[in-house]
Amino acid sequence: MSIWIEEDAKVLVQGITGKQGMFHADKMVEYGTNIVGGCTPGKGGQTVELQGKPYPVWHSMSEAIEATDADATVIYVPPPFAAEAIMEAADAFDTIKGEGVVVCITEGIPTLDMVKAVAYVENRPGVRLIGPNCPGIITPGEKGGAKIGIMPGHIHAKGRIGIVSKSGTLTYEAVAQTMSIDEGQSTCIGIGGDPVNGTGFIDCLAAFEADPQTEAIIMIGEIGGNAEQEAAAWAAGNVTKPIVGFVAGATAPPGKRMGHAGAIISGGKGTAEEKFEAFRAAGIACAMDPSELGKVLLESLKAAGLR
Amino acid sequence: MNIHEYQGKTLLRENNVAVLEGVHCTTVEQALSAYDSLGSKVVAVKSQIHAGGRGKGTLYHPETREHVMDGGVKIAFSREEVESYATNILGNILVTIQTGDEGKLVSNLYIEAGCDIAHEYYLALLVDRDNKSVLIMASTEGGMDIEDVAHNTPELIHKVVVDPNAGLLGFQKRDLGMSLGLSGAALKSFGKMLSNMYTMFVREDCVMVEINPLVRTGADEIVALDSKISFDENAEFRHKNWDDLRDLSEEEDVEIRAKETGLSYVKLDGNIGCLVNGAGLAMATMDVIKLYGGEPANFLDVGGGANEEQVKTAFSIILEDPNVKGILVNIFGGIMRCDIIARGVIAATEALSLEVPLVVRLAGTNVDEGKAILAASTLNIHPADDLAEGAQKIVALIGGDE
Repeated sequence: MSIWIEEDAKVLVQGITGKQGMFHADKMVEYGTNIVGGCTPGKGGQTVELQGKPYPVWHSMSEAIEATDADATVIYVPPPFAAEAIMEAADAFDTIKGEGVVVCITEGIPTLDMVKAVAYVENRPGVRLIGPNCPGIITPGEKGGAKIGIMPGHIHAKGRIGIVSKSGTLTYEAVAQTMSIDEGQSTCIGIGGDPVNGTGFIDCLAAFEADPQTEAIIMIGEIGGNAEQEAAAWAAGNVTKPIVGFVAGATAPPGKRMGHAGAIISGGKGTAEEKFEAFRAAGIACAMDPSELGKVLLESLKAAGLR
Repeated sequence: MNIHEYQGKTLLRENNVAVLEGVHCTTVEQALSAYDSLGSKVVAVKSQIHAGGRGKGTLYHPETREHVMDGGVKIAFSREEVESYATNILGNILVTIQTGDEGKLVSNLYIEAGCDIAHEYYLALLVDRDNKSVLIMASTEGGMDIEDVAHNTPELIHKVVVDPNAGLLGFQKRDLGMSLGLSGAALKSFGKMLSNMYTMFVREDCVMVEINPLVRTGADEIVALDSKISFDENAEFRHKNWDDLRDLSEEEDVEIRAKETGLSYVKLDGNIGCLVNGAGLAMATMDVIKLYGGEPANFLDVGGGANEEQVKTAFSIILEDPNVKGILVNIFGGIMRCDIIARGVIAATEALSLEVPLVVRLAGTNVDEGKAILAASTLNIHPADDLAEGAQKIVALIGGDE
């Protein structure tokens, strides 16, 4: 088991004929992801070559899902059109299958577009949105697996640690830390650093708690908002598996946007200190340095009798 | 992206939100003719900077730092007072609770007609991350610091969440207006104003509109007496007019240049420069430097697909800061390949004849090639295997210089 994405999940790529879409689709096929084709309006009927093999392109997501029975889609569409791509995918999955996973990698989508898109997705309860502005989701397999996004596949291995993070490269850091203590990952999810996004920490924690393959969780937050505090409070009452946490941005000055649109301390709220405190209050083992995530995870696993 | 009050007032006026008559000025002469043309005996003389707390701020001489005047927003009762206030404000430095000690040079002034105020309210529209919707907040406690109100008397802040599909509904406007104690003509005026402001918020891609105070006049009209408006930078592609509204003097020059080359840079006060890929990792790198006793000089995210040229630009931006005594490069290659970064680092150190110590930590895609390239170079580059080691090394290296 894993969460939301099985190793052999059938995946579509929206924006597959674009430079970014094609590059990453190729990398996904190389990793072993079961890519079944893509969608670019106006380019239906064409094929795209990935790792030396042709893949079909459809005009619309409903055509693509009808033809392939896809389980998930990944969006590499430029910011002005990305929210619309999310809604198209959500509508098609909802109408045809009643469910589906939509992963949006695009960075820089206008916030009010996302307000609209998230409300649209929430009206279709079988559809899950991950992102935007995120590295995606990966479920490593025995051989290959399902990599849906832009993360470097080769650093992962199948295992029992679930990882959820707002940041891309910090997720990779966390993956490397699990590997340093000979642990692999069940599923790794980047939920993205935008102020308005789809899947949040609590969704991921609940899914990891319910997933028999996952035995411990790494949760990585950053400054801004209070999603981490809410997730910690929720975890205290609902998660029995050990959680290890880190929050980036302890040294960030207030009022300055630190790269991610959501990473900003406003009105003295959303500081790293506040979030670490909430983690500790919830019994989450904290690493003050991401290079120590492995060490802290090992201690937590031992304390739980898992090592 | 923030805009000035006078620009916000123009926008509000265009969107049929009542504001007072006012004139934007950059000289004392303009301020005087504005006073003459407004025909109002009492006017407000308002410093225009992108920071709050102007009224309670203090003006200083830009060179001597001598105290010039208390208050960056003044009520003038005569032409002479307008002249004296405008002279004291323009060209001087305004320090407020939000500007930091260095303050901000005031180059713009807004002269606004007076008004008969019956009550002051607070109103804000913003994108709320918890509800993933536009949130409207209002309070009877206008003119105060809203964070104090929220802390001391949270029951006096009333909220409405707008469903993005349904839009702002009639009952929501009525409920909010009535919770402020409005009735009759004032309630009607409030509802109309709120509709227009919400429409503007969405059309102009705002992330925040704050009106403090919003006032009810003696004639029961609702008027925006102040305006603080921020736009969503992500939506810049569909607002060509933002270029004209942007006041570059309010932004750090180097941060603008970084942005133009696709880098995200924020200057800080420390002495260890950082060059990192990814916003989260860049913040974590700063945190770990601090954890091991150093002080980061900057936040710098080179993004996911930086090339050699961008790495070079990143180095030159870091080195512009004279406080920088050492640099830590921390790259976890995903899309970005470590060998490309290694070449970029070497090219940049050579081109800029780097003199400060440099620690490079590489991980991820093509890490072995990257490390080999650095090892083969004759330059004085200190390798590190993980972030903690990198931070400890750079802290030790600059410590050794003292």
